[in-house]
Amino acid sequence: MTDGVDMRAPLSLLPLRLDEVEFGVGSRHIIRGISTTLEAGPRTVILGPNGAGKSVLLRLCHGLLEPTGGTITWNSPELQGGPRRQAMVFQRPVLLRRTVLGNVMYALKLAGVPRWQRKERAREALSKVGLDVQADHAARVLSGGEQQRLALARVWALRPEILFLDEPTASLDPGATHEIENVILALHAAGTKIVLVTHNLGQAHRLGDEILFLHQGQLVERAPADRFLKHPVSPEAASFLEGELPW
Amino acid sequence: MVITRRVFLVLLLALAGGVAQAQDRYITVASTTSTEQSGLFGYILPIFQQKAGIQVRVVALGTGQALDLARRGDADVAFVHAKAAEEKFLAEGHGVKRFPVMYNDFVLIGPKGDPAKIAGGKDILDALKKIQAAQAPFVSRGDKSGTHMAELDLWKAAGIDLDKAKGPWYRDTGQGMGPALNTAASMNAYLLADRGTWLAFKNRGDLAILVEGDKRLFNQYGVMLVNPDKHPTVKKDLGQAFVDWLVSPEGQKAIADYKIGGEQLFFPNAGQAGA
Amino acid sequence: MNTLTDATAQALRLVATADPNLTGIVLLSLRISLAAVVFGCLIGLPLGAAIAVNDFRGRRAVIVILNGLMGLPSVVVGLAVYLLLSRAGPLGVWGILFTPAAMVIAQTILITPTIAALSRQIVADAWQEYREQLRSLGETRLGAATTLLWDLRFTLVTIVLAGFGRAASEVGAVMIVGGNIDGVTRVMTTTIALETSKGDLPLALGLGFILLSIVLVLNAGAYVVKETAQRRYG
Repeated sequence: MTDGVDMRAPLSLLPLRLDEVEFGVGSRHIIRGISTTLEAGPRTVILGPNGAGKSVLLRLCHGLLEPTGGTITWNSPELQGGPRRQAMVFQRPVLLRRTVLGNVMYALKLAGVPRWQRKERAREALSKVGLDVQADHAARVLSGGEQQRLALARVWALRPEILFLDEPTASLDPGATHEIENVILALHAAGTKIVLVTHNLGQAHRLGDEILFLHQGQLVERAPADRFLKHPVSPEAASFLEGELPW
Repeated sequence: MVITRRVFLVLLLALAGGVAQAQDRYITVASTTSTEQSGLFGYILPIFQQKAGIQVRVVALGTGQALDLARRGDADVAFVHAKAAEEKFLAEGHGVKRFPVMYNDFVLIGPKGDPAKIAGGKDILDALKKIQAAQAPFVSRGDKSGTHMAELDLWKAAGIDLDKAKGPWYRDTGQGMGPALNTAASMNAYLLADRGTWLAFKNRGDLAILVEGDKRLFNQYGVMLVNPDKHPTVKKDLGQAFVDWLVSPEGQKAIADYKIGGEQLFFPNAGQAGA
Repeated sequence: MNTLTDATAQALRLVATADPNLTGIVLLSLRISLAAVVFGCLIGLPLGAAIAVNDFRGRRAVIVILNGLMGLPSVVVGLAVYLLLSRAGPLGVWGILFTPAAMVIAQTILITPTIAALSRQIVADAWQEYREQLRSLGETRLGAATTLLWDLRFTLVTIVLAGFGRAASEVGAVMIVGGNIDGVTRVMTTTIALETSKGDLPLALGLGFILLSIVLVLNAGAYVVKETAQRRYG
C-alpha cells in the first residue's frame, strides 16, 4: 500500500479541489458554481472571453480572494505563516526599488531561507532565466521582458509546487514572450505545476496540456489542449475559438 | 545599508544627548518683557553669574503672566513691577517676602504733531484728560502687565471711567511693550511706556517723549522668592542668593551702572521704606 | 526699501563675522528641529504605513482625524505641552519646562501628524500596486509596511523635509514651552520675534533671511541626494 511513497516527504499541495465555488461582489456574480480538480502534472491553461472570470478564478485558487460560496481545498494546505509553496506571476511584474539580485533575495527572505544561503540561491535563479549579467542593475530600469524574467527568477528561487500566471506575456513582444515561455516550460520540467491564464491561442497551444474554458463565470468545457483547440465540444467554446482566430 | 544605519544611530544619540544636557546650578526667574527688553538683564546677570556661579534663566512675560508662572511653581523667583499684584501674591502664600529693588519711570509717548496739545507738560493726569477730550488715538497694552495696570490706575486717578469713555480712539492691543510701540508708531498714537523699552526702541517713526517726570509715573520693582513650602521644587538656596545679591550694595551698583546712550534707566532703592 | 537693504546688510555682516551669539542660536535651532524630525519620523512613518496596510473598524475616522491634525496651531500645542510640563501639571516632576527638551517635544507633537498623514497617503497608494504580489510572496502586514516604507524612501524624503520646514519655522510653541531664555532656549524664530517686538526690524528681517537661507540649503542638499539615489534605483 505504501509502494514507492516516501513516508518522510511532506504531502503535496495538490490535488486542489474546487467544490461549487462562487464569487460575487454586491449583486454581480463573477464565478458561479465551479467544481473541478487540479492535479499535479499537466500544465493547465485557462481560456475564455473577457469578463469570463479567469483572473478571479486564479486569485481564488491562490488565496488572494475568498470565495463567497463553496469550498477550495488543498490536499495538504500550507501552514499559516510558513513559507509559501505556491507562487503567482502577474501581467505587470511588481518589483521593488532594489537591484535585480536584491529582489530575488527579498523573496528568499520571505521564504525563510537563512541569510548566508540567499545570495547564492538568488544568483542560481538569475542564471536560470539568463539575468546573471544584470544582477546589480536596478530592477526598475529593466525592459518589460527582463522584468518578467526577474519575476520568474523569484519563482525559481522559491521552487513552489504550483505557479499561477495571469497573462504573463500580454504586454511583451514575441521575442520576450518566447523567452518567458521557455522559462515556464523549464519550471514545469523541474516539478512545478503550471496554471496559466492567457489570451494567446498560440501560447495555449504551445504551453497547455489541458484547457479549462470559462464562460460567464462557469466552467463550460475541460479537455486536453489538442482536442479542445481542434474540436471544441461546447458551442460557446466553438464561437470563442472562431472569434479569436486571426483569419 | 549597515553603515547608514550606524550613522543614523550615532546622530540620534548626539542630538538627543546634546539637547538633554542641562547645567545644574541655575534658577528660573519670572520677569517682565519690558525689563528684559531694556537690556538690564544682559548687563547685570553676567556679573552675578561671575560672582555666585549661578546661571539665571529669565522667562520674560507680562507681569500677570509672570506671577501666574510663579504661582504654578515654574519659577524660583519673581521680579516684577506691580506692587499691588505682588502683595496679593504674598497674601496667597506663594511668595516668602517682598524686597524693593529699584524703580524706573514711565513716559508718555506721542506723535510730534501732538493733536491733544500736551507736549512738555508735567502733569500726567492733565495730559490724559486732554487726550480723552480730543479723542486722540491712544494705544494700551491691555495685557495685565505692570505697565497696563499702571495705565489703568492713572486713568482712574484722572477721574475718567474707561468703560464709558472708551471709543475708537482707545486701542486695546493685548500686546507687549515693543509690539505696542510698533503699533503706536504706525498709527501715530499716544501711549504710556517704560523709559527703558523706549530708549532701546528703534522703530520710533514720528513719536517722541511728550510728558515725563510726574511722580505718579514712577514704577517700583520688587523681587520675591517663590515659597518653597508651597512649591517644594523651588531652588530656595540659589534663589535666595539672587534675591540677596539684588538688594546688596554690589547688586544695586550694577543696576545703577546700566546705561543706554549714557543715560541711567533704573534707580536702585532697596531698603527704602514704603517702596 | 531702506529696511530691506538695511536688513540684507545686517544679515551679511552677522554671517561674515560669524557672530558667536548668532552661531549658537542657529545651532540650537537646527538641533531642536532635527531632533523633532527624527522623533516625528520614528513615530509618524510607521504609524502612517500601519494605517495604510491594515483594515480595521474606524479606519476612515482615524484618517480624517490624522489629516485634520496637520493643521494644529502651534500656540495650541505650546499651551498644551506647557500645561503638561508645568510644575503644577502631571509631568512637572520631569522638570524639563523651559529647556530645549520641552521644545523638542512640542515640535515633535506638531509635525508627527503631518508626517503620518502624508506617509499614510503615499503608502496607501503604493499598497494598491504592490498588495497582491507581496501577499503572494507571503509577506505579512507588518513586513509589507516596512518594505513599502523603504521602497518609497525617495518620496518620503519630501515628507521629511516638509516636517523639518514646519518645525524650523514655528515660533508659537517653542516660545511658550521654552521661554525664549537668552543662551538656553532662544532659537532663530523666537529671536526674530523678540527683535521685532523691540522695534529692531532690520535685524529681525536680516535674521529671517538667514533662517530662510539655511532651510533652503538643507532642502537643496536633500534634493540632490534624493535625485542621485533615485536615478540609481529607479
